[in-house]
Amino acid sequence: MKHIRTINKANLKKTAEKGGCGKCQTSCQSACKTSCTIANQQCEANK
Amino acid sequence: MTNTIHRFIQDGEYIVLDVNSGGVHVVDEIVYDLIGELEPPLSEKMPAGIPEKLPKYSAEELKECYDEIYSLYSDGILFSTDEYRKYAELSVKAPIKAMCLHVSHDCDLRCKYCFASTGDFGTGRKIMTPETGRKAIDFLIEKSYGRENLELDFFGGEPLMAWETIKATVDYARSVEKQYNKNFRFTVTTNGMLLNDEKIEYINREMSNCVLSLDGRKEVNDNIRVTRSGKGCYDIIVPKYRQLVESRVNPGRTDYYVRGTFTKYNLDFVEDVLHIAELGFDQLSVEPVTAPSDAPYAITEEDLPEIFAQYDRLYRIMAEHVEKTGKKPFNFFHYMIDLNQGPCAVKRLRGCGCGNEYVAVTPDGDIYPCHQFVGIDEWKMGNIYQGNVDADIANYFAKTHIYSKEGCPDCWARFYCSGGCNANGFIYEGDVRKPHKIQCALMKKRLECGIALGVKVSEASGGEAAETAVPYSGR
Repeated sequence: MKHIRTINKANLKKTAEKGGCGKCQTSCQSACKTSCTIANQQCEANK
Repeated sequence: MTNTIHRFIQDGEYIVLDVNSGGVHVVDEIVYDLIGELEPPLSEKMPAGIPEKLPKYSAEELKECYDEIYSLYSDGILFSTDEYRKYAELSVKAPIKAMCLHVSHDCDLRCKYCFASTGDFGTGRKIMTPETGRKAIDFLIEKSYGRENLELDFFGGEPLMAWETIKATVDYARSVEKQYNKNFRFTVTTNGMLLNDEKIEYINREMSNCVLSLDGRKEVNDNIRVTRSGKGCYDIIVPKYRQLVESRVNPGRTDYYVRGTFTKYNLDFVEDVLHIAELGFDQLSVEPVTAPSDAPYAITEEDLPEIFAQYDRLYRIMAEHVEKTGKKPFNFFHYMIDLNQGPCAVKRLRGCGCGNEYVAVTPDGDIYPCHQFVGIDEWKMGNIYQGNVDADIANYFAKTHIYSKEGCPDCWARFYCSGGCNANGFIYEGDVRKPHKIQCALMKKRLECGIALGVKVSEASGGEAAETAVPYSGR
């Protein structure tokens, strides 16, 4: 494409199908304890 | 205006986020302007009237851009629809898999901004007994049916004041984890004052992550983080943090964060981020203070423009480093967004899991939804000695998600913050399901910076995650 570069796989919908396995880290345990961010957690099912 | 995309300009880069697919697109100015005029559903032919709305572009250019936009729309990665509500509606109480264990409701510092009332959470100074620590392990094993990975963060107050309890708890968990098919991951959040050779060796052997509190520059840190006699702690803790991090080499035990808090007193907090990096640390988190709005150090709405400028400055510093070296100068927690391998959509609906799969336990064994609810009677969920957990509260939190929180269903950031901190909603807005307005504003700004940095990293590394370059010597 000339005007648009897509940077990633844009696969969020696919992750819903087999999501919620509970293997991943609870976000508040990582560093913040006060300012919850979820998107920086890693999926551990795909490791 | 549609809530399915978010357009923003970061340092001259035009970025379009497709909210529901997670697609991140870098576009030129024409596409950026054109997308702003479109509302889904799109048809193959460009809507009438667009050339009149965007007269600075030719009809031919606009048609060429529209065709590219329509192609991505057809692929489901632009203006895609939100199909996740059905998962949220099925949300039920989950096994408990993470615990914030308050081994100490006492502290050897008297930090002026402490949300835990200088360590005791307003409930009296107490140290958890080793017996209660072991009981917490039994409780977590029992309540985590079906979950293998269990997390336990030693928290306080200052957890290292309960060193014997920490060791007894870890040693007990290690002795039983295989029997129950569990994998304990321990972490500790410490102010560093009591670190010594023995504790550093033990932490680096047993703890998968440790959070080391330091607010940055000596004068900033020592203005707030003081001993009982009012003396700053910088000179005591920095050498200990260096020793800990330098010897943190065991496999699976290399994660750490040097974590600072910024307040109204240091709105130029990027100086503190850089200072920590220049000390040789490369895993950093510097976060806004959690405080009632009438506290003199609280972040208030009028501080937002300055804070946004600081976040932009930090983005520029990190982005320039990526452009020059292909590597990030350091990891900044709030800018860490993996655009390809982040958490699944189901996880993103509910965020931290507090009160549901994550609880806090006090020195007496009382259970609360998280550390920030500790001491608020109406949120007490039970006690580990009784083994009871309030199912109503757990179900309430299970049903607290981005579709039940005020403002979240229409917010572009919903799959990145997952509705934000429940405790902040309750404490500052009076309702768990009302996100804290200032935190929302800060979150959105950080997400824009984080996504834009993800773009830089992706382009510099051909899609792979960039390593950090240590030590940082960017100035």
